[in-house]
Amino acid sequence: MTTNVSAATRSLPVRTQISMFVRMLAIQGAWNYETLLGNGIGFCLEPALRFLPGGVHGKAFKDAMARESHYFNAHPYLAAVAVGALARVELDGESPERIERFRTALCGPLGSVGDRLVWAGWLPFCSLASLALFGLGATPIVVVGFFLAAYNAGHFALRIWGLRTGWNHGLRVATALGHPVLRRGPQQIGRVAALATGVAIPLALGRIIGPGRSLLGLVLVTVALGSFLLVRLQGRIEGWRLSLFVVAAFVLFSVVR
Amino acid sequence: MLIDLIPLALLGGVLGLDVVSFPQAMISRPIVASTIAGALVGQSPSGLLLGAALELIALETLPFGASRYPEWGSASVVGGAIFSSYPSHPAGAMSLAMVAALATTWIGGWTMVKLRQLNAVWAGRKRDALAAGARGSVISLQLDGMTADFARGALLTAIAYAALAPLSRMCIELWTIDQRDSRAFVVAVAASVAGGAAWKLFHSTAGALWFFGGGLALGLFMMFLR
Repeated sequence: MTTNVSAATRSLPVRTQISMFVRMLAIQGAWNYETLLGNGIGFCLEPALRFLPGGVHGKAFKDAMARESHYFNAHPYLAAVAVGALARVELDGESPERIERFRTALCGPLGSVGDRLVWAGWLPFCSLASLALFGLGATPIVVVGFFLAAYNAGHFALRIWGLRTGWNHGLRVATALGHPVLRRGPQQIGRVAALATGVAIPLALGRIIGPGRSLLGLVLVTVALGSFLLVRLQGRIEGWRLSLFVVAAFVLFSVVR
Repeated sequence: MLIDLIPLALLGGVLGLDVVSFPQAMISRPIVASTIAGALVGQSPSGLLLGAALELIALETLPFGASRYPEWGSASVVGGAIFSSYPSHPAGAMSLAMVAALATTWIGGWTMVKLRQLNAVWAGRKRDALAAGARGSVISLQLDGMTADFARGALLTAIAYAALAPLSRMCIELWTIDQRDSRAFVVAVAASVAGGAAWKLFHSTAGALWFFGGGLALGLFMMFLR
């Protein structure tokens, strides 16, 4: 494939865009402690870089692949912004030094914004909303369907937006990171997720334990005290690890007594 | 036993792969993974019940880049399959399934670290080819990493289920605490983790405490209505 995509055409063939998007889903396939996402970035960019002069056997392609496959760190979903922007600057023929500086500058913001928006916002919100639905008595297919549909609507939208925004803005992509969803989204999602936490926990408890309010009341008081204790212990032990020890001790007590 | 193990191992492989490598669509979250495992055993409502309890604990897990975190995909398959194999939910079944899932999630987190180290070794071996811009090396590293991750998840699920399912069966026969009390204890532990995780996530958000309070009042009201 040696057809040139000039900056003037301002778009990649649909097939290439789809190929890049699908590869984006596997961007962390070779994640390691040395290059982090680096190899994944090269992997996702490869379909676009085929349009460099000389195609896959050309010097431009090989130089670009080498440049794009070393160390890179970002949130895996927002890395789409980097992939789109780097595809653009490579095909625009920017100088290697400028691309390197641009690549380095992209790492920080794409990591922190994505972590706050997705891992600490959207994911817990979807999880809590589906727990609330579970607590209201929804069937397995409804709970699972709701969680996957809601979460992935945000997930795929973010990846598609990232790829397009990166490609459209190229070197000026930093301006797009001021998008209201990225700036104010984590705060807004945080509030709704706090609301969902309040709704979901008692409802989920009620359904798992089953009928009987006296026991439920005792459990709610225990949960309040347990949560307070875990907040106080924060940074010293992780909750899942503590749960393992406590529940394992409970099992041992019940079995050997 | 082997007939049961193969589909569960394959499911564990797919869901283990989803955690980081491909496609991170969160089918590996306990509420999904445990329900699917339950469906595979023919008891999706049981899988969902354990999945919801595990999801409360998993709320605490934020998969930030290089940090080490528990692997919920394969673990939820193990826990969900164990709990779902007791459709009458005898006393102790949920506690034992939860211990099995949490133990597997711990080992799963460790295997993920090892896989990442292995990926670095493979990348080191191809350093010259990568520096020369060889597309084949970039693509093969990616495919090798994903294949290894799938194998990791499948193997982990198979070993954990083969070891923990018979142990759970043995423990259920010796269980002495009442069914509802056992379940209440387990879910209180899980919800405590969820409460602590929610505070960690949202305490710095302006007004979050009011939203939480409003939500709690609404949740309690709906719970007492039911």
